[in-house]
Amino acid sequence: MPAIDDLQKARRFREAALPYLDDVYTLARYLLRDASDAEDAVQECYLRALKHFDSYRGPAMKPWLFAILRNVCNAEHARRAHRPSAIEDAPGAAEQTPLWQETGASPESEVLRSRDAGSIRKLIDALAEPFKETFVLREINNLSYREIAEAVGAPIGTVMSRLARARAMLRAAWTAEEEQAK
Amino acid sequence: MTCDEARILLHALLDNELDAGHAREVEAHIAGCPACAAEFAAQREMRRVLADTNLRYVAPASLRSRIEASLPGSQSQQPTRRSVLRGFAMGSAVSALAASGVVAVVLRQDDQQRILSEVVSAHLRSLQAGHLTDVVSTDQHTVKPWFNGKLDVAPPVIDLTAQGFTLVGGRLDYIDARAIGAVVYKRRQHVINLFVSQTTSTEHRPPKTQTMQGFNCRRWGERGLNFWAVSDIGADELAEFVDKFEAAMKANVEG
Repeated sequence: MPAIDDLQKARRFREAALPYLDDVYTLARYLLRDASDAEDAVQECYLRALKHFDSYRGPAMKPWLFAILRNVCNAEHARRAHRPSAIEDAPGAAEQTPLWQETGASPESEVLRSRDAGSIRKLIDALAEPFKETFVLREINNLSYREIAEAVGAPIGTVMSRLARARAMLRAAWTAEEEQAK
Repeated sequence: MTCDEARILLHALLDNELDAGHAREVEAHIAGCPACAAEFAAQREMRRVLADTNLRYVAPASLRSRIEASLPGSQSQQPTRRSVLRGFAMGSAVSALAASGVVAVVLRQDDQQRILSEVVSAHLRSLQAGHLTDVVSTDQHTVKPWFNGKLDVAPPVIDLTAQGFTLVGGRLDYIDARAIGAVVYKRRQHVINLFVSQTTSTEHRPPKTQTMQGFNCRRWGERGLNFWAVSDIGADELAEFVDKFEAAMKANVEG
């Protein structure tokens, strides 16, 4: 039986957290690459967020929800033991990706053709973690660097270098596909 | 600056995250380095294409209703007899207070709570499309005269852009059935509404932060005016806003 305090808390929580449902779901889709896993993760995220809503003191709702979602997704990644794509801070091969490639192509040929959303999503999905996460938080969820640092629990300098690498990798993959298409 | 540094910082430049000094340094490097200039142009182009594409997902309605249903007090959960009884118990507690003469104090708090809720509602209304500002200007000398003749007070309009809070305009609003001035600021993408109304009390009331519906509201009184600053930014940032506003207002009066 919900007490009156619980009802008020639930109402405040609904008004504060539910407007970000699409944002949280979007991040979950990119992190888990599976629609039904993403739904489960988002529901779990909101359950945990409600449980800890009493201790929530800001600074902003979105990074706070993202931090919770990230924990849920990490648990999911651990569960999928056969899919080694957990978001962790250990430097993998991707960390060694150069920040740029000297292609020698003229600037004109480097103009990217517009793509449909589906093919761009695939390119983003293929990015390695933790670069994909940083990229999605910045480019799709519109978080500031400071908010990303809060959500992923990393220093801002780390966020900046991950974002630079993510964009370099994405552009390399993008231009490589265009080369193939020619 | 080395190219390696520039290859990281140029993204912060694109994202508008650099302070003026670092931004100039990166721009100077790009101006003198064709390779970094090409990378900057290419990344800016990619960013443009990405911004033109909808890469977000929309949560299925079934997920939304599942989450709604899991919250206490949702439609699917009927109130039980005990919660109804509890309601009665509270009712009699209020009556007891009324009988003991403490009612004036209780009502006063209720009043403040009601005004806080009206202030938050006004903030929410202002976030709906096209309701934010009646006068759009980043210039305090345009916003301030706009209020003339529309209100019984002249809300102080102070440009805090240099302090990190951008003035975006002003608006007339209604709180407690009275016209009230709202001065609108932005911190990054977050809107701060500063509501100003007249009060008979000229004493200084120190700022106090309350939270309602996930919004922070900081209210204080100064020189015959009541202020409410409302935003979804963190309590510490909102306190910083109020501090800067008060400092600038003091400087204006003394200057």
